[in-house]
Amino acid sequence: MRRGRERSSLASLLLSGLGIAVLIFLVMPIFIVVPMSFSASRFLSFPPTALSPRWYLEFFGSPEWTRAAWVSLQIAFATCLLATPIGVAAAYGIHTSSSRFSRAAYTVLMMPLMVPHIIVAIGIFFIYARIGANNTVVGIILAHTMLAVPFVLITSLSGLQGFDMAQERAAQSLGVNRLEAFLKVTAPQIKGSIIASALFAFVSSLDEVVVSLFLSGGPSSTLPKRMFVALRDEVDPTIAAISSMLIIASLAIGLAAMVGTRKRA
Amino acid sequence: MIVQHLMQKKAMLLIPGLLVVGALLIVPIVWLFALSFVSEGRLSLEHYQRMFDDPTYVKSFAVTFQIAGTVTGLTILLGYPLCFWMLRLKPFWRGIALTCILIPFWTSLLVRSYAWLILLQRRGLVNNWLQSLGLTEEPLALMYNVTGTVIGMTHILLPFLVLPLFASMQRIDGDLMRAAAALGATPVFAFWRIFFPLSLPGLTAGGLLVFVLSIGYYVTPQLLGGGTTVMAGQLIQRNVELFSSWGAASAVSLVLLAIVLLLFWVMNRLVPLDHVFRG
Repeated sequence: MRRGRERSSLASLLLSGLGIAVLIFLVMPIFIVVPMSFSASRFLSFPPTALSPRWYLEFFGSPEWTRAAWVSLQIAFATCLLATPIGVAAAYGIHTSSSRFSRAAYTVLMMPLMVPHIIVAIGIFFIYARIGANNTVVGIILAHTMLAVPFVLITSLSGLQGFDMAQERAAQSLGVNRLEAFLKVTAPQIKGSIIASALFAFVSSLDEVVVSLFLSGGPSSTLPKRMFVALRDEVDPTIAAISSMLIIASLAIGLAAMVGTRKRA
Repeated sequence: MIVQHLMQKKAMLLIPGLLVVGALLIVPIVWLFALSFVSEGRLSLEHYQRMFDDPTYVKSFAVTFQIAGTVTGLTILLGYPLCFWMLRLKPFWRGIALTCILIPFWTSLLVRSYAWLILLQRRGLVNNWLQSLGLTEEPLALMYNVTGTVIGMTHILLPFLVLPLFASMQRIDGDLMRAAAALGATPVFAFWRIFFPLSLPGLTAGGLLVFVLSIGYYVTPQLLGGGTTVMAGQLIQRNVELFSSWGAASAVSLVLLAIVLLLFWVMNRLVPLDHVFRG
């Protein structure tokens, strides 16, 4: 009996050790990039032997990098503005109807999550080549919007599932029309999910690599495209600085989205 | 029938989304499908035939499945104990652990691949540790090969296994294990006979998700694989960019897509897709 208990406590100690080790494996690579980005030398060492903001200055001093960052931010913002209403509208349509059409539509709208991005990239590249939309900012915005729709759909659907639709019917029976009922009664209560889905749309565009690799070029090159090309050729330490800034940005946005989805009743 | 539904206002709400996905996903795929059957202006199965005859293609698909299988196995090996351990944590610590899983999930894929590029360098941190611990004499070649690709992809895809698996484990009634213990079952026996079978649907769904995402990967194998291992995604890119061979690229894309959609269909039968993605 006693021996059994000893063995089981040993097993649970082992399990804790393993669990913590896996968590470290998950987080460590991300947090090691940040101190390295302050390294003064070209060869990124850890811990850095001398600290310097050199690679950050390099980034802000380079018109190529800053331009790419600016292009990416604009594209992400436009994607967020387009994908959020499209996705929220679709989520509402799917949630309030149980027809076969809306279930089929759900599957179609989820497809961008399933199809490998390399296939999406060459497919759109081919279509854009016919209409001269390659290397245009609008072309990338539309492609990113398509990719972001499922993120918005999932997030706002889960918000709607926690909402009592009877409230909206009550509002309608009191004389407001459907749109007003949605805007005044439903939307304020699923606000958290809508904001979270907008944030996901923004980040999904900001981080997107493969599709931009094919569709953007020259002045329309996005930040991830430039980073990817730079990494393929040589390990440029400026990327450590950019990565650190992206890590901080996605952490902030991710935490904000988590708070948003938690808040819903 | 469809027209009738479209007449209703609610269905109209789906139109913008369907238009975007239709124009930028369905139309391109149908186009690629058509291209894959054309060779030198004539209908032909040449591009599909090549996938079985040309050793480069056969090897690439073999490598793709081999890497995807290894990555899936590793994520299960690391993820299952992690989830099982997290179940016992107090809510506060469980929240911390979940945040640790979500942080890489939120971080850009490119940034994570870059982080591994630095860590796995010849004079990188991992090699330094291995040498200072006396595990190796010489620095190991940890990247620009299959090892680098597998390490990077395991790290990137682990959250996709952990989130659905943990969600399904949380739904298992803890009283079942206590009842088994009360009836005299040892913890090990109760785990294998009760807990493990109940966690299988979540494990299968998570494992399939990791596998299916792995076989379509492009960025990480390209950066960490260093061009020696060519996965299916890279095969597509090379056919387009190096050889301008749209027919060949389309055929590879469609075979890959068919496998991916089939696996998603199987997964959907086990656990509804929105549960998988929502975690």
